[in-house]
This record gives sequence, C-alpha cells and structure tokens, in this order.
Amino acid sequence: MAKYLLLKHYRGAPAAVNDVPMDQWTPEEISAHVQYMNDFAARLEKTGEFVDGQALAPEGAWVRYDGEGRPPVTDGPFAETKDLIAGWMVIDVDSYERAVELAGELSAAPGAGGKPIHEWLEVRPFYGVQPTITE
Amino acid sequence: MDEVLLRSLTPGVLTVLVRRGADFAAAEDAVQDALVEALRVWAADPPRDAKGWLVTVAWRKFLDATRADTARRRREDRVEEEPAPGPAPAVDDTLQLYFLCAHPSLTPASAVALTLRAVGGLTTRQIAEAYLVPEATMAQRISRAKRTLSGVRFDRPGDVATVLRVLYLVFNEGYSGDVDLAAEAIRLTRQLAARIDHPEVAGLLALMLLHHARRAARTASDGSLVPLAEQDRGRWDTALIAEGVGILQAALARDRLGEFQAQAAIAALHADAPTAEETDWVQIVEWYDELTRLTDSPIVRLNRAVAVGEADGPRAGLAALAALDASLPRHAAVAAYLHERDGDPATAARLYAEAAHKAPNLAERDHLTRQAARLNARRCS
Repeated sequence: MAKYLLLKHYRGAPAAVNDVPMDQWTPEEISAHVQYMNDFAARLEKTGEFVDGQALAPEGAWVRYDGEGRPPVTDGPFAETKDLIAGWMVIDVDSYERAVELAGELSAAPGAGGKPIHEWLEVRPFYGVQPTITE
Repeated sequence: MDEVLLRSLTPGVLTVLVRRGADFAAAEDAVQDALVEALRVWAADPPRDAKGWLVTVAWRKFLDATRADTARRRREDRVEEEPAPGPAPAVDDTLQLYFLCAHPSLTPASAVALTLRAVGGLTTRQIAEAYLVPEATMAQRISRAKRTLSGVRFDRPGDVATVLRVLYLVFNEGYSGDVDLAAEAIRLTRQLAARIDHPEVAGLLALMLLHHARRAARTASDGSLVPLAEQDRGRWDTALIAEGVGILQAALARDRLGEFQAQAAIAALHADAPTAEETDWVQIVEWYDELTRLTDSPIVRLNRAVAVGEADGPRAGLAALAALDASLPRHAAVAAYLHERDGDPATAARLYAEAAHKAPNLAERDHLTRQAARLNARRCS
C-alpha cells in the first residue's frame, strides 16, 4: 500500500473546464456537490482506502522566526499569493494508477449546471517506509 | 451494561480513593484503569454492587501502580498503613472534583479533557475521538493537566463560574465520535445542579436543554444547516423545552441574574414561538440589552443587531450594526441578512459570499454560499 495526498487548490491550479465560482451556482447544485464529496469519502472508508480529509479556510499568514527574544514576524493575510490550498484527502491505495483513478473521480464532482467541474487536483506520493527486507 | 450509569459512578469512586490517601493524579489513573476493565468484563459478568466493584478494582490498580514504582517507596509505606478497602463512604466530594478539574491554572482544553475523564468517566480514547486528535496527544494533555494541579489542595472550594465555562465549552464545541458530548455536558451539568444551589448553574442547564431540544431540526437530511426561522418546529423536543423553561423560571425567580440565565431566556422566547413570525423580538432585544450589561461582549451586540432588525425593521438593525467593528466574526453574515430584508439582494449576495469566505466552519461556509447562490440565481432569472 502507498499513501497519496490529493490536494485541492483555491488558486494556483490550472483552470478547471467548468470554472464557475460556487456562489454563482444554484443552491441545488451546491447541495449536489457537497453530497458527491461526502459520498466519495464514505465510499473510500468502505473500501479501506480513506486516511484523512481536511478543508482549510482561505485566510492565512506567513510566519517566521525573528531572532532571540523577539516575537515571530508575520506577513499576511496573503491576498496576493499565487497558490492557495483549499484542502486535501489522504488515501492509502495499492498503486499510483489507483490514486490517479480516484483523483479523477473526485475531479468529476458536479458544479455549475450539474456538470462535472473537471478541476485539476494535485496528486503527491508520500515517502514510504524503509522496507525490512532490502536484499 | 449501562455505560452512562458506569460513568456516573466515576467521581464518587475517585473521591473515595483520594479520601483514602491516594494523590489525585494517581487515583485518577487508577479509576481510569478500573473503568477500562469494567467496560471489558461487565458485559459478560456484571457485578451486583457496581460502585463497590469499581472502588475495589481501582484501589487494587492504585496499589499495584504504587508498588511498581520503587522510587515512591515512602508513599508506599504510607499506603500500606491505610485500612483495607471497605464499603465506599457515602460522603460526596464530587463538587470538589468539578472545581479541581476546572482549576483556573489549567488551559481551557486541559480543563475540558480532565473534566470529561475524571468527572465524566470517559476513556482517553473516547475523548480523543470526540476532539479529533490522536489518543497519545489527549493522554499527554491529561497528564500535563494533572501535573499542573499537583500542588493544588483537593478540599479547597473553587469558583463555580470556571466550572460553568468548562461545561459550556463541552456542550458548544463537542464534535463527533461515539460519545455525544452535548448530551454528556447536559448530564454533567445536571449532576452539578443537584449538588450546588446556584441560579447560574440552573441557567446553564436550562440553556443547554433549550438548545438541545432544537437539535434534530437544525440539520437537513443532507447535513446542511437549517436556520432557526426555517426549522420545522414540530421536530423540536417539547419535553426538553418544558424542562428547560421550568428550570429557568425557578432560577429567574431568585433575582440573581447572570449571563447564562439571560441567554437561556432568549432561547426560551424562541422555543415559545409557535412560528418564526410570532417570535417576541421586542422581549428578545430587552434580554440582549441585559446580556450586554452583564458581559459587554461584541458578539452579544452583533446578535442584538439581528434582534433589533426583527423588532424595529432592517434599517434599525443596520444602524445597530454600523456601531460595531466589521472584523467581528459573522459580521458580514449579519449584514447580508439585514440587507436582504431591506430589499437589497445585490448587496446581500455580495456580503453572503464575503461571509462564506470568512466562515469558521464548513457547514456555515456551505450555508452562506447557498444564501449567496440563492440570491444570485433569483437576480439572473
């Protein structure tokens, strides 16, 4: 088994095919979308492939150390940042092909007009564990 | 086996161990071990005297742990001098336990975790699941909390206000897992109300019951939020409402008003309205005025602006809102609502989208996005 991160971006990903902001959808289309996402996670729990799913609020800030005895420096909220992560799902699957298949399904979530969003999701493999048998 | 009954025995068992000379931290660990064992064996072999069983097993766990720890030999000597475990004394120190677990030296998260374990009798795993953190993290939080309390005397009276804040947090920020934290908070507040005669304890209990009564109506079948005005009032739990109102009326009659009684009074006025249109908004505004005097909280002023909007019209609500800081949580959502009522759907839609962007949780974000979508769809068609 191998773990993959499916990353969804608020900004920074290539434009989706059905790229309409959510507040321009109808309430029914929003409900259908939320339902699709919930069903998708529930299905992966049943197949034993779901690890974690989290959503991030859009507001955030950059923070860094500023030296001994000084408070950290903050910069933000970063309105102008090019890439903004909206959330992720971690899956534990048998192969890269399966990870891509599932990301494809997630990207088919319905949007405006009830049609798939075709949104770009980022698929990133986790580093695995060092195998016990190496020779 | 009735798990709630088992949990209700926890504080009594813990205080027996403390009374016999065990320090709080070790006693609490021993009781937790006994609870885990009870969950394991009681289903097949329930004891006749549940509390006596727990005291015996917890005391044995405590002795085992103390003996195993050779570095603590002096305490062992003292323990050996203690009388053999007998029947549990009837004296109830549960109230002291509430004060200790909500001690002001603890962070809110620690006080919540410790209260749920030592007073509530939940296992570390259940608490961890409820707050969506790993079990090891919750275990550390609890043992750090107990270290913080190591110098605190058990028999010192505490401040009931800190206990109420902890119980309020459990009720209000309970997430998920196999334990219903809202119900657990109600159980713990009931237990507290039975031990201390205090109008704010009654006020908090009434507040919880009145909100819990509306729970089934608060979410639609697809999981989305249903605002108060649109809830199916037939799904409100009338027995809980009647109980909450009764407790509140008795508390208010004492004439020692506090913020929980005032909040409960507002909840009671909502519960009392057969339809949203029949809500007594004028009285609700008066209660918000009381709450503002009691707490001076900007969140209360924000909610008051909504009530003013209903009592005196959206323009009055917007005027009340104008005096408040726009960076307040949910400010944009309130503004959106009042602008829609004022017949300005374009501004309302823009503000709902802004509110969704700032929403503190997913359910609210989806709800606010739907509101924006509803107004946008209507304007386009």
